[in-house]
Amino acid sequence: MPDSVTIRIDGQTVRVPHGTSVAAAIMMNGGFCRTSVQGEPRSAVCGMGICFECRAAVNGVAQQRTCQITCVDEMQVVTHG
Amino acid sequence: MAETRLHCDVLVAGAGPAGIAAAIAARRAGKQVVVVDDNPHPGGQIWRGSMSGAHSTSAAARKWLQRFRASGAELLSSTRIVTAPGANTVLAEHEGNAIHIHYDALVLATGARELLLPFPGWTLPGVMGAGGLQAMAKAGLPLRGKRVVVAGTGPLLLAVAAAFVHEGATVPGVFDQASRENITAFAASLLTRPSLLMQGAGYLATIKSWRYRQGWWPLCVHGEATLQSVVMTNGSDTVEIACDYLACGFHLVPNIELGALLHCRIQNGAIIANEHQQTSVANVFTAGEAAGIAGLPQALVEGEIAGAYAAGAGNQVRHLLRRRTALRKVAARMNHAYRLRPELRALPQADTLICRCEDVSWQQLQGFSGMRSAKIHTRCGMGPCQGRICGAAMQFLAGWEADTHRPPLYPVQLSTLLPLAAHDTTHLEESI
Amino acid sequence: MDFDSVVVGAGIVGSACAAELARAGMKVALVDIADPGLGATAAGMGHIVVMDDSPAQLALTHYSRQLWDALETSLTPACEYRRTGTLWIAADEEEMQEVLRKRALYTDNGVAAEAITADRLYELEPSLRRGMSGGLLVPDDGVVYAPAVARVLAMQACDAGAVPITGKVTAVGDGRVQLEGGAELRTRRIVVAAGEWSTRLLPDLPIRRRKGHLAITDRYPGMVRHQLVELGYLKSAHSISGDSVAFNIQPRSTGQLLIGSSRQYGAEDSGVDFALMQRMLARATEYMPALADLSIIRMWTGFRAATPNKLPLIGPWTADETVFLATGHEGLGITTSLATAALLSSYFAGRDSTIPIAPYLPANAEAAHA
Ligand SMILES: Cc1cc2nc3c(=O)[nH]c(=O)nc-3n(C[C@H](O)[C@H](O)[C@H](O)COP(=O)(O)OP(=O)(O)OC[C@H]3O[C@@H](n4cnc5c(N)ncnc54)[C@H](O)[C@@H]3O)c2cc1C
Ligand SMILES: Cc1cc2nc3c(=O)[nH]c(=O)nc-3n(C[C@H](O)[C@H](O)[C@H](O)COP(=O)(O)OP(=O)(O)OC[C@H]3O[C@@H](n4cnc5c(N)ncnc54)[C@H](O)[C@@H]3O)c2cc1C
Ligand code: FES
Repeated sequence: MPDSVTIRIDGQTVRVPHGTSVAAAIMMNGGFCRTSVQGEPRSAVCGMGICFECRAAVNGVAQQRTCQITCVDEMQVVTHG
Repeated sequence: MAETRLHCDVLVAGAGPAGIAAAIAARRAGKQVVVVDDNPHPGGQIWRGSMSGAHSTSAAARKWLQRFRASGAELLSSTRIVTAPGANTVLAEHEGNAIHIHYDALVLATGARELLLPFPGWTLPGVMGAGGLQAMAKAGLPLRGKRVVVAGTGPLLLAVAAAFVHEGATVPGVFDQASRENITAFAASLLTRPSLLMQGAGYLATIKSWRYRQGWWPLCVHGEATLQSVVMTNGSDTVEIACDYLACGFHLVPNIELGALLHCRIQNGAIIANEHQQTSVANVFTAGEAAGIAGLPQALVEGEIAGAYAAGAGNQVRHLLRRRTALRKVAARMNHAYRLRPELRALPQADTLICRCEDVSWQQLQGFSGMRSAKIHTRCGMGPCQGRICGAAMQFLAGWEADTHRPPLYPVQLSTLLPLAAHDTTHLEESI
Repeated sequence: MDFDSVVVGAGIVGSACAAELARAGMKVALVDIADPGLGATAAGMGHIVVMDDSPAQLALTHYSRQLWDALETSLTPACEYRRTGTLWIAADEEEMQEVLRKRALYTDNGVAAEAITADRLYELEPSLRRGMSGGLLVPDDGVVYAPAVARVLAMQACDAGAVPITGKVTAVGDGRVQLEGGAELRTRRIVVAAGEWSTRLLPDLPIRRRKGHLAITDRYPGMVRHQLVELGYLKSAHSISGDSVAFNIQPRSTGQLLIGSSRQYGAEDSGVDFALMQRMLARATEYMPALADLSIIRMWTGFRAATPNKLPLIGPWTADETVFLATGHEGLGITTSLATAALLSSYFAGRDSTIPIAPYLPANAEAAHA
């Protein structure tokens, strides 16, 4: 098993260790996950799929909880939805 | 999209310690067992896999996980139960696919979530749950060189702070809102359980005991786009501490939603169970934090009892019933020691957001008679978390009971809910 | 005498009545178990729509929609009032004939309505399944968040001097309103606007509960622009007996889509009937396949107070001269709440109303029923 995977976050290529969650990858990259109803930046809070603050579009599907998704090669992530 | 229909003797909801113990016990009684869990890996909150290895899973965890794998229970990971479409049936979703699972008996081992309380600035990125940051660290978020302030309440704080230090973080302070007297009295009551005290002493050695302060809580945080500092208080003094993360959780809230949907009786925020872990619904059992916050040893004992009784093999676990009762007493003392101080109710300011999904402020919630009215009129709790965060917070802040539980338990892709043509249906053998 | 009128129920109908009567100078009390707008008003879809099941229904919905236009300036942003228009969808040529019939009828009655070709249909709503025949656009219909409106109307009532009372009414009659706990209000007139609960107070009312299911999605702004309703609705959903589902989609101002609808008699339990929900969602995806990929965040049910002739009961109750009705609005009570209040207020004042009240008088409903 290779020890790193490469994904794209908002078009930018990001290499992360194998097993990293998408939420962790977004935060490591210095970004936020989503923009709130009133326009505030938000990122992961609960880390366990409860709070929905880590939502982003993954492979074209909007509003996914990225803390529950593990990065795999070629994954496309779009934040700030 | 595909649809699967399964039947099992015992269905276990949740693959944390309680669910794992239940599955092993039910397998031991010769039953066919399916375990469903939301996370990519088994282990629940405490045994979730760590990537870095710096904070590797304990020997006990490895032993239980290995027994679980060897037990022959079918594990469906990254799968969440979203509703109960008919008698003795749940509908689960796995990557947009529907799985209808019919069971003879069900064990609810859905665990707990952190209680997150609002204070000015708590929505800034970088402010997270205590267990939340720990889970993110285990999922690959690097903490090396980061300054992490730990706050909130409960025995969990020391454990996560020690884990952050192991990950290479600097922990300038661990602040528990419970008073020194309460915590000391609780620790003294544990003299009969030296292993727990030893564990606590180990954590303190890791984080340096002088950094552990009792009777302190967060007032607010500062920062523009991200967190810069947190202001802590003990009611008379305040200190401002620069940090990259604030890991702040106010103990735990049982995940009762599935139980409530199945009409199990709920009391004091937990699913009611008798000494056999049976709920008010005859073929539904519950174990672990879902039945009341009580910690790991309790989750394991209750899981074993629930699994055995759900499998009709209660005679195998009679010896555990005494232990269950004794552990519940320890838990009651713990929950009392870490009870929340009233000052925390005064933290939200008029413009502090309470509902993070819909951005509803404290001010907007004034003048309503309860959660349902506030929800209908302000959208508080109408977002995708379905009030799991704001509902629990308002229960503490205003004494509001949770609104009724409506399906789905989690947002679900519409296609999962559609009836399917027969040719799309696959069977157990092919799909697992 | 404590009051001129005690209104029982602060749903959108009762709140509208209280506001209208208080503004007319009456001494009014508005009683509800809870805050305004938490009954059927919080369960319904909030489509403000002109409907033509009968001439009386057309008159009432059309008149009421004009009152919504007049109310617009006093609504708060929380009311989310928007004139989205209704787009009735014709799936085949037979339904296209229905478009032409409906357009003629609407136009004759002064309701703007425009027949839409298939090409134009997909310009307006690109997510619809290909192969539809066309539709009918009724541009002045709208969408509203009804509980917020009930709250605004209840506040307007209070501003005009009405007294809000929180309590459960246990009995009405003979100029008295009994509250749980023993209190009693004395009044010249009692207005029963307790929605589907009205039969608890007046068991002889010709009202049956008709259950409905709804589901709402996460936020997907721009995907749907009009309230979309299948014309087959007339064939399926309005059949009096049996369970039925119909394609009915409402774009909320949040970007969420509210998906309906179902009609079901004899269902007492308020839980979601999964099989019926499945049918309803399947119907929705037949018309709009892209819905299948959206995330559903909540499903719920509500009860409509249905009368045999599908018209609300407005005016004096024959069994007690102090009791008046403002109930039985079935699936149109949000639309027709404002007209209900206007008709009742004129009746109390002994004035002629803008449209005749006769078709909605309880006495006439009984006569028709007998
Ligand atoms: C965030 C957090 C961090 C913690 N950290 C520590 C720690 O460091 N040390 C310590 O001693 N204790 C810790 N605890 C307490 C510890 O989790 C419990 O004592 C123990 O794990 C309880 O086990 P359980 O099986 O009852 O629940 P859990 O371990 O919470 O397991 C429940 C499982 O059920 C799943 N689930 C819930 N609902 C559904 C559904 N509808 N469909 C599918 N799956 C579902 C959850 O995703 C979860 O995997 C922590 C608790 C939390 C909430
Ligand atoms: C699924 C569904 C979809 C719908 N969609 C639409 C739509 O798109 N457009 C439309 O126009 N209409 C729609 N409707 C219909 C509409 O929701 C109702 O007709 C309308 O809300 C009725 O309002 P109401 O004030 O009569 O009743 P309610 O809102 O039910 O109000 C009755 C009030 O009386 C109170 N009450 C009851 N008993 C007592 C008592 N004993 N003492 C004190 N208070 C009491 C209750 O608390 C409640 O607040 C829909 C309905 C459903 C169920
Ligand atoms: S961080 Fe809370 S759901 Fe992902």
